[in-house]
Amino acid sequence: MAAHRCSNCAALLILCSLSVFIVVDSQETTLNGGHHATTVHNPQTTTGTAEQTAEPAVEERRWEATAVEEATPDDDDDAAASDKQDTSAPETVDPSSVPQPKDDFQEELVIRPLHSGDIYASFQFRTVWETDFMRGNKVSHYRLFPKSLGQVISKFSVRELHISFTQGYWRTMQWGQPFQPSPPGAELWVWFQDSVTDVDGTWKELTNVLSGIFCASLNFIDSTNTVQPSASFKPLGIGNETDHRFLRYATLPREIVCTENLTPWKKLLPCGSKAGLAVLLKSEKLFHSSFHSQAVHIRPVCQDWQCKTTSWELRQTLNVVFDLHNSAQGKREWSLFKMFSRTLTEACPLASSSKIYIDITDNPQGEQFEVSPATPLLSQAVVLGDRRTFSVYDLTQQITFGTVRSLNLLIRWKSSEGDMLRPLLHAERYVAGYGLQTGEIHTLMYNNHPYRSFPVLLLDSVPWYLRLYIHTLTVTSKGKDNKPSYIHYQPSKDRLRPHLLEMLVQLPPNSVTEVTVQFERALLKWTEYTPDPNHGFYVGSSVISSLVPSIVAMDTNSTRERPLFSSFFPCKEESSYFVRVYTEPLLVNLPTPDFSMPYNVICLTCTVVAVGYGSLYNLLTRSFQIEEPSPGLAKRIANIIRKMRGVPPL
Amino acid sequence: MILSTTLEFCIFIYLLIFSFSYFTLHSCCLLYLCFDNAGQFFSSGHTNNWAVLVCTSRFWFNYRHVANTLSVYRSVKRLGIPDSHIVLMLADDMACNHRNPKPATVFSHKNMELNVYGDDVEVDYRGYEVTVENFLRVLTGRLPPSTPRSKRLLSDDRSNILIYLTGHGGNGFLKFQDSEEISNVELADAFEQMWQKRRYNELLFIIDTCQGASMYERFYSPNLMALASSQVGEDSLSHQPDLAIGVHLMDRYTFYLLEFLEDIHPASKTNMNDLFKVCPKSQCVSTPGHRTDLFLRDPGSVLITDFFGSVRKVEITMETINLTDPIKQKPKQKDWHPPDGFILGLWTLILLVFFKLYGMKHLKHIF
Repeated sequence: MAAHRCSNCAALLILCSLSVFIVVDSQETTLNGGHHATTVHNPQTTTGTAEQTAEPAVEERRWEATAVEEATPDDDDDAAASDKQDTSAPETVDPSSVPQPKDDFQEELVIRPLHSGDIYASFQFRTVWETDFMRGNKVSHYRLFPKSLGQVISKFSVRELHISFTQGYWRTMQWGQPFQPSPPGAELWVWFQDSVTDVDGTWKELTNVLSGIFCASLNFIDSTNTVQPSASFKPLGIGNETDHRFLRYATLPREIVCTENLTPWKKLLPCGSKAGLAVLLKSEKLFHSSFHSQAVHIRPVCQDWQCKTTSWELRQTLNVVFDLHNSAQGKREWSLFKMFSRTLTEACPLASSSKIYIDITDNPQGEQFEVSPATPLLSQAVVLGDRRTFSVYDLTQQITFGTVRSLNLLIRWKSSEGDMLRPLLHAERYVAGYGLQTGEIHTLMYNNHPYRSFPVLLLDSVPWYLRLYIHTLTVTSKGKDNKPSYIHYQPSKDRLRPHLLEMLVQLPPNSVTEVTVQFERALLKWTEYTPDPNHGFYVGSSVISSLVPSIVAMDTNSTRERPLFSSFFPCKEESSYFVRVYTEPLLVNLPTPDFSMPYNVICLTCTVVAVGYGSLYNLLTRSFQIEEPSPGLAKRIANIIRKMRGVPPL
Repeated sequence: MILSTTLEFCIFIYLLIFSFSYFTLHSCCLLYLCFDNAGQFFSSGHTNNWAVLVCTSRFWFNYRHVANTLSVYRSVKRLGIPDSHIVLMLADDMACNHRNPKPATVFSHKNMELNVYGDDVEVDYRGYEVTVENFLRVLTGRLPPSTPRSKRLLSDDRSNILIYLTGHGGNGFLKFQDSEEISNVELADAFEQMWQKRRYNELLFIIDTCQGASMYERFYSPNLMALASSQVGEDSLSHQPDLAIGVHLMDRYTFYLLEFLEDIHPASKTNMNDLFKVCPKSQCVSTPGHRTDLFLRDPGSVLITDFFGSVRKVEITMETINLTDPIKQKPKQKDWHPPDGFILGLWTLILLVFFKLYGMKHLKHIF
């Protein structure tokens, strides 16, 4: 018996150890496999945050034709993934003809003194690149065009992209019309290519990628603040697309603009902030202003009159209005150093043109203000329906910098007469009513032309928590009802979609048109309130787009060499120019619950219950006993010994 | 005599063979832990540095918390960690706040001596995005797929991570934006998740809030070192106010931490023991605390630049080295469990010995 048992357990023993060996071995291999899974992501590129370093000097403008290995379309993972080191479609220069530069960079600064004593400076940086992002092969050799934006265009099949970040509100009546209008906060509108199948999904991913590039919280753009305008936002570049299914528009009126948005914006420029006009962009001065707006506009443009070749244009614009009292200490004397705390020493070496324009239209004989250093170059341009005269400083010429090798423009006022040409189109908006239940939105549109009337397109996008009563919509001009010729209204869906109201209204000459609509405020769920709900909730600006009659004939040839500020909006006819006016955003209070209420109620209830019930319970159940006073130490030890002995204590 | 039965003898041999085989297969890990050479094993551990800097307070009067975070950001950037490896979360905007008399600046010293906001700053999470959920998602890496790279913590098992939190806190919690809290248990669990997913090599956790030491009480993952500005029951106090700006500019602990870090340069050899001495009770009024029991290396051998900077030793060599054999990566830091079946065999042996001693007749009560 024992021998049997022995042999049995010996066999069992060997079997067990063998099986355990196998188990242990497999454990080890899975361990190694697990380690391989946690490989590091390729740390090579940092396309999430645009970190473009300035390209080296311009003497290498020729291209090296790279050998085309395989023209396979890559399966891309992410726009922000590392770039593949393989094929770049050959950007070969045609050897038989004179090699033209395939990409071009221009920079300019326009300084316009305003009648209120403030000064308006508008920077524009334009990169034009003749390439095709929509091809199967990925473009991988970037030079002047920033790679992060190029990858965004190709990955999300973007046809046009316009994004702006603005701090402050543009006061049209005091400052005139801006060169590039923008609403307070962040605004993003995109036209997608018609090859995109899921526009909403692509839009969501695009906003997330842009929020990483520009360090802004654009990921808050979702279906509750995105609309598809049907008429107000036509493409600014070439294209016959009028299917507004591929257009998305969203604003974030609460978005703050600060240095963290300017930093990545500056890094998109070919020269960064190291050379050229971009050295003037110092955040401490730019944000200490009445108005600051930076924008990026990407669109395809024609290269020649027949539009045989198209190229991609990237415009980065920065508009800033410096206040007389904040920045100039009340003295009406402006200089580059006073505005930007820097002077210019050179143009960007990669720029084909680098110019400063100073608007001297109101100063033909130099009696209002004087500009120094004087320049012989003058230029005239038709912009915003008016012919303006500019003094031009060409930074690519060494003579501009003079003997001191730095340029500090000085504008000194001698007299302060004259007034401004009144802008033809102007708008305001406000909320009327009282209480937290209902209210009324009033939009006023002013037509200041003495005898011409023109139509305007009004776009209103109101969040779902302000429930508009569209049956109360009224449009009145000069006291009489003014029926719009086109209304496109899309009602809101709670927590899904905002209201969209687009109307084409004819504004009679020299009049005020008022659009009113009543609304009711909704009660949000307690988790939907922001951490500071008593601040209020923002309603984005209304957009008023119009073709305003122009005093001067506008130039419709878009391919002629023109200053950048006059070629921003495409001009289709000679007698009118395109104007977009943004109203103020509204700040409405929604009925806000008292978030400290549950805590207070619990404290109060528990206190009352404890004091009231506790006292009653004690009264009913407390009984009193007589207790001997505790004896001294010696007596206590004696008692312990007596207890151990089994003798009653003292 | 105890092992007289053949059955018991067999089981004993079985256990011996088992232990031996286990030892030979997993000798390295066991050896290190048993011989306590873990310090050497981790001495040249990290290859990259990350930083997660969070300010959790909103509203203008919490200017000092944003200034705290930005001063650590500034030091970390100066010592070499690039923006792509820093996740900066600021719950409110102070620099371009309309109440700021000097826009686009955040000062740490009164009389506006030092602008910690600077000209080259990239804030990854701002405003309403700074929530407990986003913070935990950043730490554990469980972010939605469309999150851009600049908002992710892409660390691996060779990363040293610096985590800095500041705001208003209490015993066991930290308040986010006056509307939600993160507890010390959640934080400890998040670090454990990071450990299990091998998302860090070593982690330094600094917190500057009231009763900050309560936040690191619950940590249980290895390789964590923690510093706090005050003990449980104490408040962290702020440094001086600036009369032009109208608010307190910095908290005391971070103020002296910034002063300490301003003396550090990328090649300095200061170690963690000096960091523990920052802001004694005389300067800070509260008692700063630290915790190093989970950390495997001796704090005296840990350089400040291991966490605050991004420095690696580079040795230039002129000789060629042939890499013919693949380097087998040894599994690291595995908790030692006894081999499978070992416990079962051990208990069987114990039971048999027991019944041998006290009589086999008890055995039939079991079977």
